[in-house]
Amino acid sequence: MTILVIAEHDNNELKAATLNTVAAAEKLGAEIALLVAGHNCSAVAEAGARVARINKVLVADSESYSHPLAESLAKLIVSLAAGYSHILAPATTSGKNFMPRVAAQLDMAQISEIVAVESEDTFVRPIYAGNALQTVQSKDSIKLITVRSTGFDAVAAEGGGAAIEQIAAADAFPGASFVGQELTVSERPELTSARVVISGGRGMGSGENFKLIEAVADKLGAAIGASRAAVDAGFVPNDYQVGQTGKIVAPELYIAVGISGAIQHLAGMKESKVIVAINKDEEAPIFQVADYGLVADLFDALPELAEALG
Amino acid sequence: MKILVAVKRVVDYNVKIRVKADQTGVDTANVKMSMNPFDEIAVEEAIRIKEAGKAEEVVVVSLGVAQCQETIRYALALGADRGILVQSDDELQPLAVAKLLKFVVDRENPDLVILGKQAIDDDSNQTGQMLAALLAWSQATFASKVVLGEGDASVTREIDGGLETIKIGLPAVITTDLRLNEPRYAKLPNIMKAKKKPLEVIPAAETGVDIASRLVTLKVTEPPQREAGIKVGSVTELLDKLRNEAKVI
Ligand SMILES: Cc1cc2nc3c(=O)[nH]c(=O)nc-3n(C[C@H](O)[C@H](O)[C@H](O)COP(=O)(O)OP(=O)(O)OC[C@H]3O[C@@H](n4cnc5c(N)ncnc54)[C@H](O)[C@@H]3O)c2cc1C
Ligand SMILES: Nc1ncnc2c1ncn2[C@@H]1O[C@H](COP(=O)(O)O)[C@@H](O)[C@H]1O
Repeated sequence: MTILVIAEHDNNELKAATLNTVAAAEKLGAEIALLVAGHNCSAVAEAGARVARINKVLVADSESYSHPLAESLAKLIVSLAAGYSHILAPATTSGKNFMPRVAAQLDMAQISEIVAVESEDTFVRPIYAGNALQTVQSKDSIKLITVRSTGFDAVAAEGGGAAIEQIAAADAFPGASFVGQELTVSERPELTSARVVISGGRGMGSGENFKLIEAVADKLGAAIGASRAAVDAGFVPNDYQVGQTGKIVAPELYIAVGISGAIQHLAGMKESKVIVAINKDEEAPIFQVADYGLVADLFDALPELAEALG
Repeated sequence: MKILVAVKRVVDYNVKIRVKADQTGVDTANVKMSMNPFDEIAVEEAIRIKEAGKAEEVVVVSLGVAQCQETIRYALALGADRGILVQSDDELQPLAVAKLLKFVVDRENPDLVILGKQAIDDDSNQTGQMLAALLAWSQATFASKVVLGEGDASVTREIDGGLETIKIGLPAVITTDLRLNEPRYAKLPNIMKAKKKPLEVIPAAETGVDIASRLVTLKVTEPPQREAGIKVGSVTELLDKLRNEAKVI
């Protein structure tokens, strides 16, 4: 039984979600191979080889993978699939994009966003925005799985010594091409792996007012998130969104400011270790999940908080 | 150009669902059902393309029980031209849905198929990608902007780091993200008119498609509930708790 994990990376860095995905693979207790499909991505391959528990790193280095599309990635993974009992990818926007394509090409089901491994063929996944947990057993010969990072503690990034093997890239898929991207540049930690996250909602009133959040985030070394309402209103970019249809986070400390606590938002943050809510409405549902609730006007509380954190 | 849109009937997003005591699933008896929110966005996008004079026909498809006709009627009231229900009382998992949709695509030959990125009941986020694979078409998932060209489309996609734009040749599959558009509401006269629009029902058994479930649900349970904590009276007290009680800062 060998497991293939698909690495999440940007050709320079191996992304943290990969380490959580390896942790899920480790629960299946077998040999683990890591696939790095990219371009000029040797740094990623080397980082992958150092990850604990990985036995082998497969590198498909090709210009067509500099911004890989689901079509060509799926082709590559399908061509490798026969050798594996399980194929796992992080449930990032990238993993969610190519994995179902792989599954359909193999005529197998995909098991989305697992949060626990019960056995070789049985997994737990949230449904209905995390308001129910479904335990499913797969009857397919290869289990195709996306892994929700917050369900598994990352394996160590160092300590392994896997061999690196170059493999051929699959042909490009005609009819689809990468045009460009606009990535949010930030000096702050990544939302999904940060120790502290502070999120603002509609109550922030404007993008300008997010400066108040930034001042606190600076003091705490926190990542900044947002509710959908804040993103829709254009206060912050889309990749800040936390929730059922945004990012799933589970930091040690989550601070929700001016967020009411709709189930779709809770779906993305209720696994956080400690939750703080700041809201002027004492009836706001967010207080039902908050360990510490502060009923206050955020325009008073945030500056005070930044000040007190010195 | 012809556009096909897949619409799923799901428990309304405002309903607080309950897990059945026998752990076989979620209680859907007597709860409000609606069109999956992402599919409303898909319907809206298709209608806007038609209104812009770039498409002649918008066909909506739903798969499932007889009541999915209501969901289809709603899409017809919004402006779709014609509906198809592939009827089945069995559980339809994403792979089965994708295969049935392929059956419909093979019959209808649309230039574009638009789906929601995710159904808010199973939260699978698979069907559009699977359909694209089965058809060997390009896919543009999580779309927040679609610009149609001659025989192709430029699609801006919401990705973890921000936004990505890709170009796909038609025919293709697009799945919608929340910010693609803001769906309209159905007007009463249109709801009346929709009753007269054609709606074809095809029994799933007549399609010859293998819709067997590949995943067996062993149980559905309630997640651990979080207890509400305490209210603090001031920022000072909050920081004291975070430092000395929770020890997270
Ligand atoms: C299919 C679907 C998917 C969705 N996915 C997501 C998702 O992934 N993530 C998500 O977040 N939402 C999602 N939503 C939207 C969700 O239902 C809510 O609409 C949204 O979370 C509300 O955002 P909010 O709490 O910022 O805004 P509101 O609900 O408007 O709450 C604003 C809060 O700010 C407080 N406030 C206002 N002014 C102040 C002040 N001066 N000081 C202190 N407090 C103040 C108010 O008391 C209020 O509680 C989704 C919805 C649908 C239908
Ligand atoms: N039973 C169904 N009937 C119609 N469309 C569906 C059905 N199931 C899934 N879809 C479509 O596929 C999308 C993604 O669903 P899922 O892969 O289940 O998250 C939905 O937003 C719908 O557009």
